[in-house]
Amino acid sequence: MQPIKPEGPGPEAQFKAFLKQGRFMIQKSRSTGEHVFYPRVAAPGSGVTDLDWVDASGAGTIYSITVGRSKAGSQNIAIVELAEGPRLMTRIEGVETAPIGAKVKARIIDADGEPAIVFDLAEGAKA
Amino acid sequence: MSAHPLRGKTAIIGIGGAGWGEAPGHSAIELLGAAAIQAIADAGLKVSDIDGICAATSSHAFPTLTVAEYLGIRPTFFDGTNVGGSSFEMHVLQAAMALDAGVCNAVLICYGSNQRTSGGFVSMSEPQWHEVAYKPRNPITGYALATARHMHQYGTTREQLADIAVAARQWANMNPAAFARGPLSREDVLKARMVSDPLTTADCCLVTDGGAACVMVRADRARQLRHKPVYVLGVGAAHSHRSIAQARDLATSVAADSGPRAFAMAGLKPADCDLVMLYDAFTITTLMFLEDLGFCPKGEGGRFVERGAIAPGGKLAVNTSGGGLSCVHPGMYGLFLLHEAVTQIRGEAGQRQLPKCDVAICHGNGGQFSSQVTALLGSEATL
Repeated sequence: MQPIKPEGPGPEAQFKAFLKQGRFMIQKSRSTGEHVFYPRVAAPGSGVTDLDWVDASGAGTIYSITVGRSKAGSQNIAIVELAEGPRLMTRIEGVETAPIGAKVKARIIDADGEPAIVFDLAEGAKA
Repeated sequence: MSAHPLRGKTAIIGIGGAGWGEAPGHSAIELLGAAAIQAIADAGLKVSDIDGICAATSSHAFPTLTVAEYLGIRPTFFDGTNVGGSSFEMHVLQAAMALDAGVCNAVLICYGSNQRTSGGFVSMSEPQWHEVAYKPRNPITGYALATARHMHQYGTTREQLADIAVAARQWANMNPAAFARGPLSREDVLKARMVSDPLTTADCCLVTDGGAACVMVRADRARQLRHKPVYVLGVGAAHSHRSIAQARDLATSVAADSGPRAFAMAGLKPADCDLVMLYDAFTITTLMFLEDLGFCPKGEGGRFVERGAIAPGGKLAVNTSGGGLSCVHPGMYGLFLLHEAVTQIRGEAGQRQLPKCDVAICHGNGGQFSSQVTALLGSEATL
């Protein structure tokens, strides 16, 4: 068995390059239909490697949230479950905190010079 | 059902501790070394009898190399498994297997940290690239997220969590080795400074210095040594995620997997446990492990711990040392669970001694509910 020679950048680098272009992309398996985040060389569990990049819908739900408090101020940190299934760590913008279960919508911002995905409460969702 | 081949085949026959609380001027390896020497002497052995080393620390890349050199041991078996605070319960399993297989004859499991007097909590844990932008404060962010989810899903309250901290303090008040002693009320916990909603400083474990160690041998040899052997009846392990956002269920840990594995190996059930030592990094961990290990139904942990139920004189003896919340927590606490369990099973726990302590469960937790290892220990009466 010859070792694999990876061609081009890996999933992490590709994801970051998409993000720099203003695109929030996640992976989807052609054979199983499952979505994967964070990006990997294979889907966790099934191990399938037929992963294509697809645009994330950006729709999600707050799965849990905390507010970190320090002398520097307060900032929330949330886990959002994407409509496609995977969860990610993120921040809910424009509010101190928000209820678990609230609908949110993704947005790309500049965080210390690097693009990052944050979420706003979806229209009609209560803070 | 036939007994598992590892059940009761090995025993802990020596324990040691050093510098619990504050040990200014002492390095991590000095605290580890002092605890190790005490444990070896407690076992009635010599350093030259030790031919197996298990170690994990927050400050050594190759801890078994550091320990072996420092103590002058040339081990035939070594294991540096590091999955955070539960590493030491995993080491018990590794040591039991290695001893039973005849790879070695006496294993030292050891830990040391001087994090309190050397400037605070340290971690070798690398940042996760998909989380750094949100500046999580590890590990509390992860535990706070789990607590918030548990409250949402099951109606757990901050008052119930506070009662866990109060119970730990009441046990600590009976333990002269505990670092945090003195009165603590539910109101004190609720009024403490909020660090990461819904957890206050009083929901968080201590940041202390401290070293701990234990020595394991095969059961036949254990019976010839000076102390009553504390037998390893069963160990079960599980791990689930590296990043808290990747946890399948934030309100249920894989203690729900490690626990049943340990009980199956030991041929025991939760109701058989006289002493319950649960890794209390935060109040939520005690609560969730009581549920996930089967001491109460899932979601009932809050109601189970209310108003002194796990405090001295309560219905279940939990964390009788005072735990990570009030006794000692030098970064990784898993070995300190074993230290208290051995102390109680030997009947050497002084004012806090349980009237009957034949079976103890020691449940280690590592990362952010990431790794779970459950060890069941027992007296001669359990064989």
